[in-house]
Amino acid sequence: MSLSDRLHPGINLAGTDPESHEAAEEVLFGFWIFLMSDLVLFAVLFATYAAMSVQGIAAGPGPAEVFDLTAAFLETLLLLLSSFAFGFALLAMKYRENRRSVLAWLLVTGILGLAFVGMELHDYYVMVTAHGATPQVSGFLSAYYLLTGTHALHVSSGLVWMAIMAIQVAMFGFDKRVKLRLMRLALFWHMLDVVWIGIFTFVYLFGVTS
Amino acid sequence: MNWELIFGQITWNSFVFAGAIENPSLSEFIASGAGTVAVLGALASVILLTVKRWWVPLWRDWLTSVDHKKVGIMYIVTALVMFARAVIEGALMRAQQLSAVDNSGFLSADHFGQLFSTHGTIMIFFVAMPFITGLMNYVMPLQIGARDVSFPLLNAISLMLTIAGAILIMVSLVIGQFSTGGWTAYPPFTGIHFSPGEGVDYWIWAVSLGSIGSTLTGLNFAVTIYKKRCPGMTLFRMPLFCWTTLCTSILMIFAMAPLTVATVMLALDRYAGFHFFTNGAGGNMMNYANLFWLFGHPEVYILILPAFGVWSEVVSTFSSKRIYGYTSLVYATMCIAVLSFAVWLHHFFTMGQSADVNAVFGIATMVIGVPTGVKVYDWLLTMVGGRIRFTTSMLFHINFLLTFILGGMTGVLLANPGIDFQVHNTLFLVAHFHNMIIPGVLFGMFAAVQFWFPKAFGFRLHEGLGRASFWCFAPGFLLAFFPLYWLGMMGATRRTYMWTDPAYLPWLALAMAGAVLILTGFGLMVTQIVVSVRRRAELAAPLGDPWDGRALEWSIPSPPPAWNFAVLPDVSSRDPFYEAKKAGTAYRSPEAYEDIEVPRNTATAPLIGLFACAWAFGLVWHIWWLVVVSFVLMWAVVIARSFASDTEETVPAAMVKAANEAFLAAVRATPGVTRDQEMTAANRGRAIPEGWEGGASILTSGAAVGVSR
Repeated sequence: MSLSDRLHPGINLAGTDPESHEAAEEVLFGFWIFLMSDLVLFAVLFATYAAMSVQGIAAGPGPAEVFDLTAAFLETLLLLLSSFAFGFALLAMKYRENRRSVLAWLLVTGILGLAFVGMELHDYYVMVTAHGATPQVSGFLSAYYLLTGTHALHVSSGLVWMAIMAIQVAMFGFDKRVKLRLMRLALFWHMLDVVWIGIFTFVYLFGVTS
Repeated sequence: MNWELIFGQITWNSFVFAGAIENPSLSEFIASGAGTVAVLGALASVILLTVKRWWVPLWRDWLTSVDHKKVGIMYIVTALVMFARAVIEGALMRAQQLSAVDNSGFLSADHFGQLFSTHGTIMIFFVAMPFITGLMNYVMPLQIGARDVSFPLLNAISLMLTIAGAILIMVSLVIGQFSTGGWTAYPPFTGIHFSPGEGVDYWIWAVSLGSIGSTLTGLNFAVTIYKKRCPGMTLFRMPLFCWTTLCTSILMIFAMAPLTVATVMLALDRYAGFHFFTNGAGGNMMNYANLFWLFGHPEVYILILPAFGVWSEVVSTFSSKRIYGYTSLVYATMCIAVLSFAVWLHHFFTMGQSADVNAVFGIATMVIGVPTGVKVYDWLLTMVGGRIRFTTSMLFHINFLLTFILGGMTGVLLANPGIDFQVHNTLFLVAHFHNMIIPGVLFGMFAAVQFWFPKAFGFRLHEGLGRASFWCFAPGFLLAFFPLYWLGMMGATRRTYMWTDPAYLPWLALAMAGAVLILTGFGLMVTQIVVSVRRRAELAAPLGDPWDGRALEWSIPSPPPAWNFAVLPDVSSRDPFYEAKKAGTAYRSPEAYEDIEVPRNTATAPLIGLFACAWAFGLVWHIWWLVVVSFVLMWAVVIARSFASDTEETVPAAMVKAANEAFLAAVRATPGVTRDQEMTAANRGRAIPEGWEGGASILTSGAAVGVSR
């Protein structure tokens, strides 16, 4: 098998950096398996939410009463745009190896991600203060906070990871380790998009129509 | 109050000894005795390490090591230590039930509840899991011709998280109480309303740590098998143990997540007043039952599949025959792995679904018997026409075939919802799952220890004592658990601490006798290890192949060097080492040696384990400063590690060459032994393949410098 045949999902370095491409195979595959296991976790949370949002409302408010679709839509845009920006960061890493442009794109990604987390916290604040909808009210709200909270926690840890990677890009430049880590962080970040689209669809869109 | 700020909810009364002082009774004395043993055991280890000056070697050569072989050995040592505790707990429960016919026996109900909870939790999460994980760690990379697993540091972190969980359970002997909710910890009983206090929290965090460790292990092993096989080692040339490791790893990746979610939800219910599994406010404990068994049933196969792999290796080696029906065994393994996700509901047939749903899951459960049956026939047919040696491992195997089939039959009975309604929650069920797990998993691991011990340490285990322990374990198991089938059918419920029906007495007495035999067997096994270490010169088999082995792990010295293979092997068939021995191409010098990169030792993993343990302890006792500090430190270690650049060291080619040529020269200078001499001191680890005794002269003279590759 030639080098360029050995492709893996995500950005490939065969054309610009064959050595890192070779080394990426095992760690990226491993990271995909980690993502798969993480998705199983989300799948279980989705399943729990599916059951709880119907049977677990009890005396508390239902989904349509507490969700703000506009905010959720803006959050979706923020997160998808941040993924888009991360794509540019990786392209800059692959073709330019220019610290400044990679760092700039990482900064854009990070700001959009922070805005996402901030908006979500604001959502929680509104739900608690305006509707009294704390997780202790009902099984439905427990499941809602756990599902979206787990996602928000993932995004937050992605942000911490991103900050560390920015430091490492500045310190070490584009050596093999840094490149492979950025590639994995990108996969992680894109996966969180996929999960969020699930949340937007099944939690928010279904929630306000039901 | 300052006390609570510093020590959380720990008070003087939390210590187990306070119970014995305030309320002296046999039950409390036993609890304090157990606590004392735990404290004295820890103290004795500290004194031994200090007196023998082993602290530095322990840290330098073991705890900081990322070598898959050492990690594997540490897993198995953990499993054996925890086994010692949990098997004694089992015997205590037998004694209580025997003594508690028409009176309350010598244990309090609460103490009995803690015993069956710790017994189950330890046996599954901290005996069976570390045992199989340790074995896969040690053997699988050697069998696929790899120098290590894909992510050695992650491997060490998995180990340390598992040990952290085990330590937490040991701490619960001394400080506080353990859960009384059984190993399954069903809410709402384990919710804060019915189980206030620290017991369930111990269960939650110990199991969570073990569960995260297992997820990472599964990921690591799956990637290793997919990406690190040596040249020529196609998937269908892998030994069956590697196949079962692969399937188990995949199960771990998928099945551990539901457990993590379930424990986190239970924790949120208890700590933060959420309503996942509570009785009111929309909580539903059926969600817990589903999540737990969505993990719990695949878990059964996570445990048994590696044991199936061990049985396949044992039966073909000690029958001197290639395994019968290799392909069918592979497909059977994969079928079992897939089906294991389709049967979880049979753990709660009686909990309210419709008869149709029960029927679907009942049939799916029975269907699993088919691939398992295929395996049994394959093992039987492997023995047909082979030259069978009745070694300890083989005795365990034959015992496994006989008793596992009986256990399987009772499983098919239980798979029928109509019958399950009659015997669910009775000792019949307890007999059934012990019947699967003890002869299948536990004895499989014991057989594996007998089989691979010479590979790991360079000397065989004393065969006579091994057989003696087998002859206690095997009948001990039958005596201890078959009476429970009868008791279950007479209506004896599980987890019951006293009886009123005198008809139970003879059966309980038989079971007690069995428990004594099992304890004797374990004592003999420990004796066997001690005696073998003392007589290691006479039992030495440093040349690596004491059993006329078939896969690659037998082609290298015992114990193997840190880099495993001086030159990565190139295989062209199944049983590559056996074929090479027959063709006279084994033990050849490679054309050239290269430098080998091995990962450096690092304190990362033990530090993460330490902080994880402190974090969990803080959570159990609501010591919030400890929770925050240890959590931050844990991640600080991870981040600091990501800045380290010098993580590998090079073993120079000359050093590899010197070691390997010395080994090859020793092999060539040693006459091979036939299978008749397998258990004699003549067996230094060079085997003459069965049926090739005539060609022994060619083999023993050995080409001085053959060249391959």
